[in-house]
Amino acid sequence: MTLNPDLLIQFSRTHRLQWEEAQQKNVILYPEGMVELNASSAEILKLCDGTRTLAQIVSDLEEKFATQGLFNDINTFLEVALQNGWIHQN
Amino acid sequence: MAGYTKTNITPPRWLLAELTYSCPLQCPYCSNPIDYAKHSSEISTDDWKRVLTQARKMGAVQLGFSGGEPLTRKDLSELVKHARDLGYYSNLITSGYGLTEEKIIELKEAGLDHIQVSIQASSQELNDHIAGTASFEHKKQVAHLVKKHGYPMVLCVVIHRENIHQMADILAMAEDLGADYLELANTQYYGWAHTNRDLLLPTKEHFEEAEKIAQAFKETVAGKMKIYYVVPDFHEDRPKACMNGWGTTFLTIAPDGVALPCHSARDLPNLDCPNVNDYSISEIWNDSKAFNFFRGDDWMQEPCRSCDEKEKDFGGCRCQAYLLSGDMYATDPVCSKSPNHHVIDEAIASARSAALAENEKPLIFRNSKNSKLLS
Repeated sequence: MTLNPDLLIQFSRTHRLQWEEAQQKNVILYPEGMVELNASSAEILKLCDGTRTLAQIVSDLEEKFATQGLFNDINTFLEVALQNGWIHQN
Repeated sequence: MAGYTKTNITPPRWLLAELTYSCPLQCPYCSNPIDYAKHSSEISTDDWKRVLTQARKMGAVQLGFSGGEPLTRKDLSELVKHARDLGYYSNLITSGYGLTEEKIIELKEAGLDHIQVSIQASSQELNDHIAGTASFEHKKQVAHLVKKHGYPMVLCVVIHRENIHQMADILAMAEDLGADYLELANTQYYGWAHTNRDLLLPTKEHFEEAEKIAQAFKETVAGKMKIYYVVPDFHEDRPKACMNGWGTTFLTIAPDGVALPCHSARDLPNLDCPNVNDYSISEIWNDSKAFNFFRGDDWMQEPCRSCDEKEKDFGGCRCQAYLLSGDMYATDPVCSKSPNHHVIDEAIASARSAALAENEKPLIFRNSKNSKLLS
């Protein structure tokens, strides 16, 4: 299973992404488990709303943070997210 | 408990709400206390709402509605809604018995995130025998409905000597039912399972065979189904890191409002476990004797005290140490370094001879009559 650059990326319907006030971080919640996210991972996942491809997520974040060269980091993280079932592509 | 400092206290992350000890099933390995029939009072809807609110404020985020059978509480949907409003991820841990499609929809609308359905075996005959109730077909139906309504579905099968030979069929059943997660929960020998241990504890050969089958299967379903494996600690040489450390992560509230650092802790002597009717969750978590009792490692004896693995397993399980050695401060006898480790070997040998005996004694089922007889 690898990311298809042509397809839209959607956050999983059976996981929940949420800000935790007590921990001051975003987390992914799923049956009986939780993953704590760092700030950049959370920024990436928030854009996985089914309206963007990988390239669009990269360009949106490069624009938001006024920077370049994020492709490799974002691609690597989203591959992990896909393997873990946090995101999917249809 | 001497020497703990409050700065070491981490907030609860997991709240297990044991709503009731009532259950239509009679599983002989039930984790409820043997004397549950003595604790039949249940706290009110408002009490539960207050507990949920206070624990959430401290940082609890995973919430298990459990029991007994939580579906027997009429206010379940109301509590689920309250939990969702607070931002919990709520897990319903159910036998599935009595769960209708209407209820599944109602709970979804209330904001329930996940349903874990337990099945006792891969065949109707054995499932219904172990559950003490004809429930197999209904449970399978419930599993389908849980999927149909978009919940992630965890199928939980408690593994013991009566069903371990069905491992291949259990795995196939989980795949057939479309489980997203399969929890293969090797029986933990507390409460009712402790009472029935001679009849439930599999041999090492059984475990190894079953584990091999499960491992091979795991690879074939990678990406489709995740498998949680609760280790059979009697056949390990190091203890489990019970509760991720006492009073670090888990908070259990029993049906009568007693707060417990783990769901078996009510069997430990002189802990004076506090009740939510008398204290707030914050007072219970931070200040109570029970929750501070085994925090840190000052309570440890040798060989734990000087062991370089004490940070990893926290000396194992306090309830198991007490149950098997009579000393709740002792190293969990599962550990091969424990001076009491022989009790584990004896338990395994005793179970093996019970398995080979011509007239196996019957299982003691978990019901109110037996609870009263045994306590």
